[in-house]
Amino acid sequence: MLFRLSYDYVGDLAETASLLWQESRGASSPTLAEAVGALRSATRASAPAVVAGLLDRLDTSGRFALLKLATGALRVGAGARLARVAFAERFGLDVTEVEELWHGLSPPYAALFAWAEGRGPRPDPGAGALFRPFMLAHPLEAPEAIDLAAHAFEWKWDGIRAQAVTAAGERRLFSRDGNDISATFPDLVAALPAAPLALDGELLVRGPDGQPASFNALQQRLNRKAPDARLLREAPVFLRAYDLLAEDGEDLRQLPFHARRARLESAVARLDPARFDLSPLVDLVDHAALAAARACPPHPSIEGLMLKRLDSPYVAGRVTGLWWKWKKAPFTIDCVLMYAQRGHGKRSSFYSDFTFGAWGRDGALLPVGKAYFGFTDEELKWLDKWVRDHTVARFGPVREVEKALVIEVAFEGVSTSSRHKSGLALRFPRIARIRADKPANEADTVEAIAALMAR
Amino acid sequence: MHAPDWIEIGPRGLRLKAADVWIDPPRPVARALITHGHADHARAGHAEAWATAQTLAIMAARGQAPVQPHPLRHGERHDFAGVTVSLHPAGHILGAAQIRLEGPDGTVIVVTGDYKRAPDPTCAAFEPVPCDILVTEATFALPVFRHPPPEAEVARLLAARAANPDRAILVGAYALGKAQRLVALMRAAGYQAPIFLHGAMERLMALYSAHGVALGELSSVSGQPKAQLAGAIVLAPPSALADRWSRRLPDPVTAMASGWMRIRARARQRGAELPLIISDHADWDELTATIIELRPREVWVTHGRDDALVHWCETRQIRARALHLVGRDDEDD
Repeated sequence: MLFRLSYDYVGDLAETASLLWQESRGASSPTLAEAVGALRSATRASAPAVVAGLLDRLDTSGRFALLKLATGALRVGAGARLARVAFAERFGLDVTEVEELWHGLSPPYAALFAWAEGRGPRPDPGAGALFRPFMLAHPLEAPEAIDLAAHAFEWKWDGIRAQAVTAAGERRLFSRDGNDISATFPDLVAALPAAPLALDGELLVRGPDGQPASFNALQQRLNRKAPDARLLREAPVFLRAYDLLAEDGEDLRQLPFHARRARLESAVARLDPARFDLSPLVDLVDHAALAAARACPPHPSIEGLMLKRLDSPYVAGRVTGLWWKWKKAPFTIDCVLMYAQRGHGKRSSFYSDFTFGAWGRDGALLPVGKAYFGFTDEELKWLDKWVRDHTVARFGPVREVEKALVIEVAFEGVSTSSRHKSGLALRFPRIARIRADKPANEADTVEAIAALMAR
Repeated sequence: MHAPDWIEIGPRGLRLKAADVWIDPPRPVARALITHGHADHARAGHAEAWATAQTLAIMAARGQAPVQPHPLRHGERHDFAGVTVSLHPAGHILGAAQIRLEGPDGTVIVVTGDYKRAPDPTCAAFEPVPCDILVTEATFALPVFRHPPPEAEVARLLAARAANPDRAILVGAYALGKAQRLVALMRAAGYQAPIFLHGAMERLMALYSAHGVALGELSSVSGQPKAQLAGAIVLAPPSALADRWSRRLPDPVTAMASGWMRIRARARQRGAELPLIISDHADWDELTATIIELRPREVWVTHGRDDALVHWCETRQIRARALHLVGRDDEDD
């Protein structure tokens, strides 16, 4: 019980354990190499004693680091990309080249270090279907400053970014972070051609009308590591392609966007149309048309616009000035705070996970969603205090609060759901504003939110 | 749970029924007993208030003075319509008191207010007062909260200063209690250079000095040239850490002195480069040791991590309940 309450408060298991461990003084701290060696050689049976022995010799932060190391959850707050940039800078290498080799190699990257230090040959990542780091877009902040003639425009589809690769007889699908997700989407992988190519596009589920289905439908596929026949039939996926990175062994990434686009169009024309299609270019004559397209896109699966410089090569990472994304404005509704729970990670020890509701037909408040962010640090403190001062009941870590606080919730879309009593699920909800000025009976109704579904 | 009939318990705190006296009420009342000067215990607007002279002085300095102040010395007994009241040191901040209540039925209730057992050169040490019912705080009532020795934390602060001669060391600390204790701890560690203060710190520092707490040479940040503050230690309220105010300091190392700094996420939330675990509240070991020492028949928990402390009491066959008081801000440490 005390452990559970402590964990609930601290929000991190390793940290909780490191703080609770009874300090025993005297013994010298193990070195990192010693700790790693001891953990490596531990068996399932000996592990508890080995870990306990190490914990006894460490202080609080040492224990925390050891537990993170042992559980494989050591996060140093720097992304893998930053590590690759640092590696490239340290050895005066081109980061794109490092990126590429990196994905074909495995830790501790001995061959890569040997090459970088001039002790060995350039590692051969192999001839198989390799992941190529994605090119990413920046949010567009000054749409009026965009030179329309220099850009191509596409819809931003509400699926997941994916790379489909055939090479040396291998067919693979990669997610945005370079994970191989072929097993989750066998239907798409089987439809990849035999001839080598690498496509960049959006993975979507095709609805009964032939159009992209909601993100919810894709979520079902993402949740299933090995989909059964029924799921494959009911939620077939396809790739809406928007770039061609390689074809027949030729790397196309240095070509400008318009040249790659031409190659993409003829490549997609040769593929199975049920599994691969083109993300169409959108013709926008002026800035007014650009704003209108973003405000009222023609399909619910569109979450905004992409702007790509016609002369841009395909560069790994988020390079300023080449690709932009301009998301459509979110929906907002006024909801009533119903329950709160302590958060984890950055928000730990504050009441920061909020369940909110809208009014049902019978005048009862029905939960419509949960939000974990959107507030500033000051607002979080305010909300935390409000929750503590207005608790009416407690269910374990959950506090039920007086139905008196209105919060403005922003979200990207709404779909039907069996999880909430209201029958609705909001996509990507977050707290836009605290409306302490608004009485709870003026919050929105479930009906009004459901009406947004059609839009 | 049995409460004597001379006391009322509600979300706004404890009230002596016959005399209509509230203890640390969150709203203005006619008669109040105040444990100590922190704003969530000592609200402005009371007509009459009984507290230690130091607490009343603090309230006056912060614009929270009651219309009619009644200073009580530690141990002095005062009758409130049949309930005998006395104040006893709580070791929390200057003037902080526990309130002992002895009812006409002989039942003794001790309200700790905020307290700590660790030594503090800026205030009188906590006095264990035997009682039937202990009304305790629980700010840090989780076994993850074990405050390290404050001397070791201050040594880290002074080491950071020595290692960064070109930078200012900006320490966030609550203006009442924590800041003065920090200064006293630095002086005890042999640091004699002037310590610089944010404007919001100055009044209460002067008040502590006037009450005989030795704080050494203190100086105001305002008007100091930036270069003058390299290698200096600067105290500011926590809200000033991330504020534009701190731009006047040369590349400051941001430190924060609080019991919450034991939790990494809290240190991150504060943006503290140098989290110092220095608290004016009892930690888990002090809270539980105090209950074991006093052996009360019942424990009532006012605010903080009440669920954990209530659970701990129950596993030791001590009757316990959470009072769920409103208006307590347990962030301020």
